[in-house]
Amino acid sequence: MKLKLLFFGITSDLMGVRQLEIALEGLASVAYLKRVLEEKYPQLKECNSYAFAVNEAYALDSLLLKENDVVALIPPVSGG
Amino acid sequence: MKRTSIKIRSKKLDVNECRNFVTDASCGGISIFIGTVRNDTEGKEVYQLAFSSYKAMAIKEMEKIASLALEKFAIHKIAIHHAEGTLQIGEVPVIIAVSSKHRKAAFEACEFAIDTLKETVPIWKKEYFADGEVWVNAHP
Repeated sequence: MKLKLLFFGITSDLMGVRQLEIALEGLASVAYLKRVLEEKYPQLKECNSYAFAVNEAYALDSLLLKENDVVALIPPVSGG
Repeated sequence: MKRTSIKIRSKKLDVNECRNFVTDASCGGISIFIGTVRNDTEGKEVYQLAFSSYKAMAIKEMEKIASLALEKFAIHKIAIHHAEGTLQIGEVPVIIAVSSKHRKAAFEACEFAIDTLKETVPIWKKEYFADGEVWVNAHP
């Protein structure tokens, strides 16, 4: 399954890119994607904590991802 | 009638635009929160800020806040405008304007909207100091 990843704030600095594509095998939840990402890109652990948004809405760890989902890493927000 | 005005933009925010949007003959008052860029963080001098956003999602989250405010409080209209890009000290990153028949609802809705925005809307602030720059809240 192909996913589009978006990085914002500190996560885009840590990754050195603002977006990339990733392919996962079989069923994958948000929690699984997080483990895969942190294994592949350990620098992400330097961020305090981050949430995930799938297709522009906050997602729970248990959400199952689908082909072509747009998944964003959301580090702690600081607007206002 | 549209009761919410939600915007993220890179040009200067306009208090009068927010005020005009919420103004209505049925209302006894307007509460406006204007966020301004402060010149220090915990005693360290800040010389500018930069805001970036996940714009499509941020707009949706701001719309959610406005709809929730309309449900929770007896208000008439609400405007939530946020800036992105580089802002200097004293400039305005956010404006929230709320009108209501009676003042209490407008004060409460305004506070609710800014508090919730700071928790949920995907917008990030970078602070620039003389010796470097840092993403706010990103490190323990």
